[in-house]
Amino acid sequence: MYLQDNITAYKTILIKEILRFSRIWLQTIIPPAITMGLYFIIFGQLIGSQLSDINGYSYMDYIVPGLIIMSIITNSYSNVVSSFYGTKFHHHIEELLVSPIANITIIAGYISGGVARGLTVGLIVTLVSLFFTQLSIASYITTFMVAILTATLFSLAGLINAIFANSFDDISIVPTFVLTPLTYLGGVFYSIEMLPEFWRNISLFNPVLYMVNGFRMGMLGVSDASLSTAILIIVGFIILLTSICLWLLNSGTGIKK
Amino acid sequence: MNALEINQLKKTYNNGFEALKGIDLNVRKGDFFALLGPNGAGKSTIIGIICSLINKTSGHVSIRGYDLKQFPREAKQSLGIVPQEFNFNVFEPVEEILVNQAGYYGVKRPEAFKRAEVHLKQLDLWDKRREMARDLSGGMKRRLMIARALMHEPQILILDEPTAGVDIEIRRSMWAFLQEINKQGTTIILTTHYLEEAEQLCKNIAIINQGAIIKNCAMVELLSELDSECMVLNLQAPLKKAPSLEHYSTRLIDQTTLEVEIKKDEDVNTLFNLLNKQQIKVLSIRNKSNRLEQLFLRIVEK
Repeated sequence: MYLQDNITAYKTILIKEILRFSRIWLQTIIPPAITMGLYFIIFGQLIGSQLSDINGYSYMDYIVPGLIIMSIITNSYSNVVSSFYGTKFHHHIEELLVSPIANITIIAGYISGGVARGLTVGLIVTLVSLFFTQLSIASYITTFMVAILTATLFSLAGLINAIFANSFDDISIVPTFVLTPLTYLGGVFYSIEMLPEFWRNISLFNPVLYMVNGFRMGMLGVSDASLSTAILIIVGFIILLTSICLWLLNSGTGIKK
Repeated sequence: MNALEINQLKKTYNNGFEALKGIDLNVRKGDFFALLGPNGAGKSTIIGIICSLINKTSGHVSIRGYDLKQFPREAKQSLGIVPQEFNFNVFEPVEEILVNQAGYYGVKRPEAFKRAEVHLKQLDLWDKRREMARDLSGGMKRRLMIARALMHEPQILILDEPTAGVDIEIRRSMWAFLQEINKQGTTIILTTHYLEEAEQLCKNIAIINQGAIIKNCAMVELLSELDSECMVLNLQAPLKKAPSLEHYSTRLIDQTTLEVEIKKDEDVNTLFNLLNKQQIKVLSIRNKSNRLEQLFLRIVEK
């Protein structure tokens, strides 16, 4: 009975989250598609046409997986951080806190909402990319697995950010100063093989590199890092961040007086 | 079994403020209970702890026999909360707010929609079900929070100033509604600044001040402590000075308004006989203040 109640509560949060970002689709779905469309035109077509192939693929083909996973990362993160901080700011987090819902269910619901938005935007960006290139997917399983795991990981990161945030400024600091640099330096637009050895070695400490390359491995079959290493790193971070989220909610940090 | 048991509940906030100094409080099943106190007395802290919105410093809270810390799921399942501040998502439609709340308690969506229809109709919000919550009036928002609190059919309903800022007509209809659900067996715990509301609705009362319970008894018992009442008489003809009436102290507020203090063992008939003798005609009579209000002020100001 307890499990059944939590499954119902989980579905409720997920439906609520999907309805939330669907209702404001002009803010949540369309802008990333337009931004990525511009990347395809400027970097892929205009600049990319002047560049030589990378790992046997044209520059446009090479950056498509990176741009799709970048949109998944930013949208899954921003969905959870803005939605959960909104519930704190408007106090309707109290609806959840007074209810018998388990904290792990709250986490699962919000993370699934973030994954849903990340994948929705990722799908739309993929469709936009079809205007510029012909997609061929090397491994559907790897592509979907890396996409879902990456969206899960960044949804968890967004949740932690929202739990600690005390103002709307606080929910933009991490995306601006941490997430965006890590993503841009994570091999979205280039192969780290093109970097000098020092910077190549530094890049290996960037976790986003493994997600971008894991996804690229799924789509193109080429990667700067091994797939097993990428999966291990992503799953390791998911376990770590889930534990942190659970501890924060159990202790009431940032949400209870 | 009591609906709510609080033992030695203490709360000290991070800034060192001791909001609760060891509260003991029992609320019987089926009771309509008033928790009163001046601003900052600790009412909202008690309710916050019962609702799991505030972490207690020490002590125990049991709801229907379930310790809130050991058995949070069972304890929370019995509680419905109507908070003081609006705390729903104003960007969601009314019906969705109710259905979501039911879902958090494990009520499946088809059943949740049925219950939402019942409660929205009971509280005159059915026509507004598709509207965004932000578009509702203040009174409608209050009723929405009551409907939301009832979605999982709680045995205990806690209302923290539910009629604040609501006009008298809606307030009275809310009173009737609350009395009806109390008759059906729901235990109700009410905090309010309208002492008339507490006097009319509640069977038992606790008064809290500076983090401690200073009175906890039946409403009838408390009201019986009142040893005098101050009545205001509206006179037909103007007077130049307050009349001297044996056993009654009088005070002229203005030429046609007379205040008379009537002690508990004195009757109103004698007062009118004395007024008649002096040919003072009374057009109307009213209580200067609510009876509970007089007692409340006396107890709190001690």
